[in-house]
Amino acid sequence: MNIIDRRPNPKGKSLANRQRFIDRARGEVKKALVDALKRRKVGETDGGEKISIPNRGIAEPVFRRSAHGGKRDYIVPGNKKYVVGDRIERPPTGESGGRGGASPEDGGEQDAFEFVLSKDEFLNLFFEDLELPDLVKTRLKETEATQLARAGYTVAGTPANLNLVRTMRNSLARRISLHRPRPHEIAALERQIDAALAADDAESAAQGRLDLEMLQRRARRVGFLDPVDVRYNRFERVPKPNTQAVMFCLMDVSGSMTEAMKDLAKRFFLLLHVFLTRRYKHVDIVFIRHTSNAQEVDEDTFFHSRETGGTIVSTALEEMLKVVRERYSPDNWNIYAAQASDGDNYTEDSDRCSQLLGGEILPLTQYFAYIEVGAEATLRHGFPSPPTDLWRTYSQIAEQHRNFAMRKVADQTQIFPVFHELFAKQREHA
Amino acid sequence: MPADGGIATPERYLFEGPEWDFEKLRRVYGAIEEIALGEMGLDVYPNQIEVITSEQMLDAYASIGLPLMYRHWSFGKRFAREEALYRHGLQGLAYEIVINSSPCISYIMEENSMTMQSLVIAHAAFGHNHFFKNNYLFRQWTDATGILDYLTFARDFVAHAEESHGVEAVERVVDAAHALMNHGVHRYDRPAKLNLEEERKREEERRRHFEASYDDIWRTAIIGEKRGEEPGQSKEKQRAETRRKLGLPEENLLYFLEKRAPQLEPWQRELVRIVRHISQYFYPQKQTRLLNEGCATFVHYEVLTRLHEKGLITDGAFLEALHSHTSVVFQPEFDDRRYSGINPYALGFAMMCDIKRICLEPEDEDREWFPEIAGNGDPYGTLRHAWANYRDESFVLQYLSPRLIRQFRLFKVLDEEGSDALVVGAIHDERGYREIRRSLARYYDLARHDPDIQIRDVDLQGDRCLVLSHAVHDGILLDEPSAKAVLDHLGELWRYGIRLEEIDAASDRVIKTHEVTARL
Repeated sequence: MNIIDRRPNPKGKSLANRQRFIDRARGEVKKALVDALKRRKVGETDGGEKISIPNRGIAEPVFRRSAHGGKRDYIVPGNKKYVVGDRIERPPTGESGGRGGASPEDGGEQDAFEFVLSKDEFLNLFFEDLELPDLVKTRLKETEATQLARAGYTVAGTPANLNLVRTMRNSLARRISLHRPRPHEIAALERQIDAALAADDAESAAQGRLDLEMLQRRARRVGFLDPVDVRYNRFERVPKPNTQAVMFCLMDVSGSMTEAMKDLAKRFFLLLHVFLTRRYKHVDIVFIRHTSNAQEVDEDTFFHSRETGGTIVSTALEEMLKVVRERYSPDNWNIYAAQASDGDNYTEDSDRCSQLLGGEILPLTQYFAYIEVGAEATLRHGFPSPPTDLWRTYSQIAEQHRNFAMRKVADQTQIFPVFHELFAKQREHA
Repeated sequence: MPADGGIATPERYLFEGPEWDFEKLRRVYGAIEEIALGEMGLDVYPNQIEVITSEQMLDAYASIGLPLMYRHWSFGKRFAREEALYRHGLQGLAYEIVINSSPCISYIMEENSMTMQSLVIAHAAFGHNHFFKNNYLFRQWTDATGILDYLTFARDFVAHAEESHGVEAVERVVDAAHALMNHGVHRYDRPAKLNLEEERKREEERRRHFEASYDDIWRTAIIGEKRGEEPGQSKEKQRAETRRKLGLPEENLLYFLEKRAPQLEPWQRELVRIVRHISQYFYPQKQTRLLNEGCATFVHYEVLTRLHEKGLITDGAFLEALHSHTSVVFQPEFDDRRYSGINPYALGFAMMCDIKRICLEPEDEDREWFPEIAGNGDPYGTLRHAWANYRDESFVLQYLSPRLIRQFRLFKVLDEEGSDALVVGAIHDERGYREIRRSLARYYDLARHDPDIQIRDVDLQGDRCLVLSHAVHDGILLDEPSAKAVLDHLGELWRYGIRLEEIDAASDRVIKTHEVTARL
């Protein structure tokens, strides 16, 4: 008997099959995913997703007998009251009682197939046809941007990098080509001399000695290992593309923003963050909140503390510019910004906003997304209410700049579609 | 086990507490071996016990329990479903998987407690193992020593085919073959033993040989007509001749396609063959589920009881084992929400316990029903005989006792189309015993369970249309959507038109016809 511990064996033997299965069902899976996403909280992006897809396309049909019609009999356990000849009401669906004796396969395959996508599979599918705008702009940061990589062999190096195989191969080639005598040849010659001596054949012994001397001389001249044989592994520093991004979250926290609106904004920000972390190795987040003045805050404060005051959007833009200048040089960073607001702005501020945004911020950023949250009233009436101050201002900018996009979001089921729309691979801009 | 196992020292228990380690496993294995081989007279393949994690168990599930398997999306689907069920706690994992191979490989999970490991070793490494080695179906139909080699060959062949012909092309063939898998079995003549070397050589040779042989048949068939040697000879006679040459009727659809499908490339034939072999390998398991599980369950129950009697396991461990055992052999009644057919573990185990009782303490009824074994005093010998020489159907037919029918309160329900109610046909009384036993045995008869489908004819002179027939018993037709889907798959392999006729077995009347048009 053998007991073998297989636990250290690689797991995930089924991964390849699983991938094939998902590929096969891709269309259905994606559709199911979108449905599932509507119910999903952004905070859950860490987990997998349980989805259910219709069976067609992944069905494995076999010939089987129909579940209906014909004459059948079943043997069933648990008789409590029946005697021969009793009639039992046919169960309405053909399930339970009468159907019992049949095997489960007779009942037909399930209509829907349910399984769990892992986090990676989920994100892959979810972001599949999304693309970051202007990904080309990637800057190398000198400090951690190089990496050692093998680059052939060299004749000089440290002993630690000695490549034994190469060295010995060269040595062997040289020994063969220069006819270095092998030890067994010398040994054979020595035996020959001994034999000649024993046979008192002085002449051939002398000849043998001469040959031997020549061999030994040659062996001394052609060393076993020569400095020309030695090879070292060579390493080279190769620049490693190390992309990094900073994401600015700008939000209006004045009294007019309700908790629900903030929640919507938060979902959008989180989604953007997940998306960016998939594309960039390093993503910084800067939270800037504003009322009538703006400040950079930590995440907790950003989402949870309340402020009172009017609304001057330009202050937030100024604050963002300040942070960019101080810490995130556009030469080194890919800059993304997402702004969430209910659209209120101090009317006199509009010009300043469009100046700042169009003139200074947009040229620096890869992408600037504006979402107007909580426009419930607008959407419920059935006909559009007049656009907000900020919407009007930004509309003009959107026409002029490719990397600016704006959308309205009224409730959380729209977050994902809007996000998809914003980052769809072929973006069309107004 | 040391011989002084009877001395009452604190160490006399094989183990205490739930933790297991390899030393304990070895000790328990030794003790179980002593009981299983020494007392019960079991005869097993060498054992190999492999400890795996639950994730690996899921992997093993997905490839239908085999340690090696070719790649196919359907295994991924199975994996996804099992995983979903498992992760949501809807379904526990099996404690073990055992493979009919020599050495017999049993997988046990690291999460099991030591008691469970003992139970699993008794169940799989001795119960199933003995059954695999001794049951006539397994002895005749499967080759325990060759299966792992063959699976390696199959996996490599499929991978190679995918490289040279593309995953999609391979998948189309394998999908189609899977759909026909249940009809890829020789039911009557025993297959030759698999041999890896021969298999490779044969695969090499077949490229030339089989192409030549099937071409030949098409050619002779058509040339014969052209020559018009015997103008008087009826077409019907020619067709009968072709049928004879092609070996029709043929119920092994995969075999026929492998040998005769006109459009298949050699590598496609080989894929069909691989699926056919695997189907053949599992055929005995499908016919002996009740016996196999019953045998394993009976063995673990006996072994653990003996271990406890000998004072080798603690009361606690024994209770834990019993707890698990009773949930395995639980049989819900028909009106229970949990009811989903007769539990093969429950019925198999109950029948075997009953046989033991009949051998040791028979009653008058048993003497009348089972004169040949009642009171023979050799329960293990009797059971070994049953395990070796029966399959589910014949086992039930032979050994289901009136006492068990009463115990399970089995009754027979008739369900006829057109009538508005089900009728109770027999219950557990003198008049009903035999009828219930016969009906239940028939339920386990695979030949009656799978639809009886055969290839009847090929129209070689004409459009090469393949004609299949389904023998309809008791007016139960094929499920239409699935039949259509399977025929589509069949068309993928045959490429020409296909007609499936459902023929009433009693009256030879064609009730329904399904057709698929040619792909060319």
